[in-house]
Amino acid sequence: MFAFIISRILQALPVMLTVALISFAMFAYVGDPVAIMLGQDFTEAQRQALVKDLGLDQPFWVQFGTFLGNAVQGEFGLSYRLSRPVADLIAERAPATLELAFTAAFLALLIGVPLGVYTGLYRNSWLSRFFLTFSLVGVSLPTFLIGILLILVFAVWLGVLPSFGRGDTVKLGWWSTGFLTWTGIKALILPSITLGLFQLTLIMRLVRAEMLEVLRTDYIKFARARGLPNRAVHFGHALKNTLVPVITIVGLQLGAIIAFAIVTETVFQWPGMGLLFIQSVNQADIPVMAAYLLLISALFVTINLIVDLLYYAVDPRLRIGRGQGAH
Amino acid sequence: MSGQNPLLEVRHLRVEFPTRRGTLVAIDDVSFTISAGEVLGVVGESGAGKSMTGAAIIGLLEPPGRIAAGEIRLDGKRIDNLRYEDMRRIRGKEIGAIFQDPLTTLNPLYTVGRQLAETMTTHLPITPAEARKRAIGWLDLVGIPAAAQRIDSYPHEFSGGMRQRVVIALALCAEPRLIVADEPTTALDVSIQAQIIALLKSLAREKGTAMMLVTHDMGVIAETADRVAVMYAGRIAEIGPVRNVVKQASHPYTVGLMGSIPPLDRRVERLAQIDGAMPRLSAIPKGCAYNPRCPKVFARCREDRPDLLPAGATQAACWLYAGGAKTHG
Repeated sequence: MFAFIISRILQALPVMLTVALISFAMFAYVGDPVAIMLGQDFTEAQRQALVKDLGLDQPFWVQFGTFLGNAVQGEFGLSYRLSRPVADLIAERAPATLELAFTAAFLALLIGVPLGVYTGLYRNSWLSRFFLTFSLVGVSLPTFLIGILLILVFAVWLGVLPSFGRGDTVKLGWWSTGFLTWTGIKALILPSITLGLFQLTLIMRLVRAEMLEVLRTDYIKFARARGLPNRAVHFGHALKNTLVPVITIVGLQLGAIIAFAIVTETVFQWPGMGLLFIQSVNQADIPVMAAYLLLISALFVTINLIVDLLYYAVDPRLRIGRGQGAH
Repeated sequence: MSGQNPLLEVRHLRVEFPTRRGTLVAIDDVSFTISAGEVLGVVGESGAGKSMTGAAIIGLLEPPGRIAAGEIRLDGKRIDNLRYEDMRRIRGKEIGAIFQDPLTTLNPLYTVGRQLAETMTTHLPITPAEARKRAIGWLDLVGIPAAAQRIDSYPHEFSGGMRQRVVIALALCAEPRLIVADEPTTALDVSIQAQIIALLKSLAREKGTAMMLVTHDMGVIAETADRVAVMYAGRIAEIGPVRNVVKQASHPYTVGLMGSIPPLDRRVERLAQIDGAMPRLSAIPKGCAYNPRCPKVFARCREDRPDLLPAGATQAACWLYAGGAKTHG
C-alpha cells in the first residue's frame, strides 16, 4: 500500500511538470503585462526597467526555471496587478472556494445518491419520472443561467437570500469561514446550489444506471432468496456495488467543481480563487494564473490518488497480494 | 406422497408472461408434491419451465412473469399470494435456494462470513457473535478447510467448487425445511459436480431437509432423487419414483430422453435422439405438446390435452394410458 502511494506520487510529478510548462508557456504569450501595468504614459526607459524588473528580458527557459525553482519552495512571486505575494492572495481566497465547492459536492451527494437509488428501484413510478425530467434541466441548463435564475427568484422576487458575496466570515487562524454566521450560511445557499446542481443530477443518473445494472445480478437475486430485508438488499448489497464508478465520477467532479467554480463565483461575486483567476486573466497577471493552474493540477492529482485508495477500500478484488484463490 | 400432509404442495400452477404480442404461458397446470425429507428431481430441456417452477415457489419470478392460476402450499398454508414482506420471512427461513452459477451468486464485496451471519441474524434470534460462531461451523460442515481462517475471505478468494459449498451453507444456515436447488452443478467442473451432489445429499439427509433438485443431468437425478418429474413445454410429462422413471419410463418423451443417454457398458454407433425441437412458448401445439415429435402419436393426441394418468408405477400425461391399462414398459 505504501509502495503504491509512493509510485503514484512519482507518477504525478511528470504530470505536474507538464502542466506547469504548458501553463507558463501559454501565459507568456497571452498578453503583455508590461503594457497593462504601465498604463498610457511611459518612457522607453521606464518600460525597459520594468521588463528587467519582472525578469521578462531573460530567455524563456530561464524564466521557466526560475518559476519552477520558486514554486517548489511555495514562492509564486508577486502579482503584477496587486503587487502582493501570490501565495498570500491564494491563501486568502482558497477558503471561500473550498467551502463553496465542498458544500456543493456534499449537497450533490446527499441528494443525488438517494434520488439515484430511488429512481433505480422504482423506475416506473410517477415520482421517478419527475426526478428524471428535472435532472435533464440540471444537466442541460448552463451554470450561469441557473445562477441568474436563482438570483431572480430568491434575491429579487422573494428577497430572502443575498445575491452576492459571502456574508460575514469568522477567522479561524488563517482560514476564514462562513459556516459560523447566519449571513454566511445564507450567502452560501444559492451559489452552492448553482454549483452543485449539475453534479447532483449527474450523480443521480449515474447511481440510477448502476443500480439498474446491479439489481439484475445473481447475487442480488440470491440476497432476496436468502430473505434479507429490502433495506439491506438495496442500500447494502446493491448500493455498495454501484460505488466504484460513482467514486470515480464524484472524485473527478470534485476537482472540476473547485477548478471551474469560476462561473459561479463570477455570477455571485464570490470572493474565491475563481474570481481571482478571472480578474488576473483580464490583466495578464501571469504569476497568479500560473500558480492557480499549478494548484488545480495538484488538486486533481491528489483527488485521483484518494479515489484510487477508495477503490481499494470498497472492492476487495482490487487488493493485490492478499489471500490465495483456488484450492 | 403417502397419507400424511406433504411439505410442499403445488396445485395447477400456471405462470404467464404478458408480452406485447399476447400472453405466453410458461408453466401450464403443473401439480406435484414434495414430502418432508424427500428429494424431487425435476428434469427437462432448457426452457421446459423447470427453473421457473422453482422461482415461482420461492416467490421470485422475474417480472412481468406472474402466477396466473393455481396455488402453492407450504405445510398446508398458501404461500403464492403472500405480500412481499411475508414471503421474505419465508425465503431463507423455510425455503432455501441454491442457484446455478456460484461465481455470480455471492456478493463480491462482502466476506463469506458476513453473508452467512447476516442471513442467520435475519431469520434466527441470535446475536452477531453467535452468528459468526455458527458461520464458522457451517463453513466447516460444507467442507471448507480451515474455516475459522477462511471466514473473513471474500468470494473471489475461493474456487468455483468452494464457492458453491459456501452457497450451500448460505441456503442451509437458517435451517429451512425445503431447498430449491436450481442446477447446482451445471456451472461446475465435472470432477467437482459429484462432490457437490454428495454434499447436498448428505446434508439434506442429515438435516431432514426436503429438496427440489432442478437439473438436466439424468445422472445426478438417478443418484440423488427419490422421485422425478419430467417437464416438457411448461407441463409435467411424467412423474414417479426415480427407479421407475429411469428404467421403465411410460411417457414416450421420457422414453426418448432416457434412450438418448449413452450406455457405458457397450458400444453404440449413434446415440438415439428425439427428432425436432421443443416448441416455443408462443407456438405450443394443440392437444399434447409433444405430439409433433411423438413416435406413438394418434388422433386424440392432436385434439385433447392429456392429464397425468396412472401408468404403472408412475403417472404420465399421455393418452396411451387413458384406459388405465399399462400398454408399455
